[in-house]
Amino acid sequence: MRRAFIISIPYLWLVALFLIPFAIVFKLSLSDPAVAIPPYVPTLDLSTGWTGFKDFLSQLDMENFIWLTEDNLYWKAYLSSVKIAFFSTVFTLLIGFPIAYGMAQAPKEWQATLMMLIILPFWTSFLIRVYAWMGILSNEGFLNQFLLWTGFISEPLQIINTNIAVYIGIVYTYLPFMVLPIYATLEKLDPSYLEAAEDLGCSRTSAFWSVTAPLSKPGVIAGCFLVFIPVVGEFVIPSLLGGSRTLMIGKVLWDEFFSNRDWPVASAVAVILLLILVIPIILFQKQQERAQEAES
Amino acid sequence: MSTDPFRPWEDPQATPLIRFENVTKRFGAFVAVDNLSLDIYEKEFFALLGASGCGKTTLMRMLAGFEKPTEGRITLNGVDIAPIPVNKRDINMMFQSYALFPHLTVADNIAFGLKRSDMPKAEIAGRVDEMLNLVQLSQFAKRKPHQISGGQRQRVALARSLARNPKVLLLDEPLAALDKKLRQETQFELMDIQGKLGTTFMIVTHDQEEAMTVASRVAVMNAGVIKQIATPDAIYERPNSAYVADFIGEVNLIDGKVTSGTEKSCKIIWQGGTITAQPRAKLAKGTEVRYAIRPEKVVISASKPEATNAIKGKVLDIAYLGNISTYHVETDSGQIIKAQLTNVRRLSQRSFAWEDPVWLSWTETAGIVLTE
Repeated sequence: MRRAFIISIPYLWLVALFLIPFAIVFKLSLSDPAVAIPPYVPTLDLSTGWTGFKDFLSQLDMENFIWLTEDNLYWKAYLSSVKIAFFSTVFTLLIGFPIAYGMAQAPKEWQATLMMLIILPFWTSFLIRVYAWMGILSNEGFLNQFLLWTGFISEPLQIINTNIAVYIGIVYTYLPFMVLPIYATLEKLDPSYLEAAEDLGCSRTSAFWSVTAPLSKPGVIAGCFLVFIPVVGEFVIPSLLGGSRTLMIGKVLWDEFFSNRDWPVASAVAVILLLILVIPIILFQKQQERAQEAES
Repeated sequence: MSTDPFRPWEDPQATPLIRFENVTKRFGAFVAVDNLSLDIYEKEFFALLGASGCGKTTLMRMLAGFEKPTEGRITLNGVDIAPIPVNKRDINMMFQSYALFPHLTVADNIAFGLKRSDMPKAEIAGRVDEMLNLVQLSQFAKRKPHQISGGQRQRVALARSLARNPKVLLLDEPLAALDKKLRQETQFELMDIQGKLGTTFMIVTHDQEEAMTVASRVAVMNAGVIKQIATPDAIYERPNSAYVADFIGEVNLIDGKVTSGTEKSCKIIWQGGTITAQPRAKLAKGTEVRYAIRPEKVVISASKPEATNAIKGKVLDIAYLGNISTYHVETDSGQIIKAQLTNVRRLSQRSFAWEDPVWLSWTETAGIVLTE
């Protein structure tokens, strides 16, 4: 009884905060837009009884999902989001791994401070940090002024409102999510593994590739998922730093909700986005389970 | 006395395989190894014994190449190994934590070093099988390290470090992680394998029993210095200092003064009386000495025995260890001397109990006179 109660708490949590909202969104995606408050029909009115409920069900349809397949915009936006998320993940890994590695190699008394420096940006609002990047990357921004001053360029570079700015913003924002899990695995790595590898004939470099790299895999995978999954649905960075040609599903979703006020289509976009992400999320969970098993 | 023909350290013609020549290692102001010289011969099973922090691990890590001597040099087969990096040395190490690669199978762990040697690819699998047979783990080849027991992991680590057929194998506390029974079995296995392969083994341990069991010679280290290098029996029977006598096994140390003596025999006066002993050299009258006698060489009797050395006392305490009992006997002058008796009879029938007056005695040759 007590056991059931304890187990039920996280499940209730999941039902209240995930399943019910999702059911509402799913229902919305099957509705039709209307000029009303709320801006969709049908709405469920329990006072009409069973016939009212049947009537309500009969008004739900897959029209919005069919619409998503008919307009190029949506699948292009999905594809472009996944592409941007993929490359951002790769860039974040390329930058994050050396940082994590350097942190793990640093003297023990420094590591807490370095960790603090990685987490420090979270103390400032995410929005303000993205705005700060607008200041740095804009045509009259610090970066262009600096490059002009060095004489490296003679005309300001167009960085803001391009995909490059989006990549810079994403890599900057999500870097800690890559660094921390990789650091956690590297920091736990017994230094005698590397000594053993060297003892058995490895050079420093080959010891890294044959021991450190494979043993840091759980951290790398966790970091990649932690970056990839939220970046696919990222909205703020592409809308502030990206240009009109930056197509990301998060932005499309925002436009559907707030500009078009078409809640049902926006919900359908969200449902498909979730389905796209379910695959990597499940893969991620599996990986975490395996990592835990290997540890025990 | 010696029937063991393997005593290269007594042969002035023999050239040592490993030489430490006046090696000093400092970490900042801390001196881990202090001007140490040591010769180790081919096929030896050499044990470095000492308390933690005595510098034994540093000594081993310098040989492996993980640390560089601050002063002095180390030679292997007459060649200074200082410029040779870890991965090019003909020396392999078995780590205390075993350091088995968790992402590789047992077979791949053993093959790890072979793949990075000049062994032709085709021969690697055969060598891995050979090593697996040597440590009797053939049926576990496909397992990952976390899927086998601690004792099996220890054997994988041994096989992996021996696979490249090194000139010297270094073993850093190889059995520390095993429980006592398994440790004793593994000690014999180690000796067996060493005998079969003829590789020079150097073991670092803080466990004196382990060192005594496996080693051909034992070096007792303290504070970066070797106190004594000798065969296990010599270390035990003829320690050269009170430190070594006290470190290895149990001992009664009696402080006294030489009153008279020749090269063969001397008299030592101490609080409890006079001891007749055999010194190693003639000692001048008045020399301050410590007389060391092992508890098992002290005989307990109820009446005054016919022995060179005899003292009266009473039983203060009895430590019952099953096979033996250690009697703590307080002499009339207040010193406590330990005597060990084998429990040939059942506990209820033992001859002495607490507070019993007893006589302690030993022969002239039983103890040893130490001047340091």
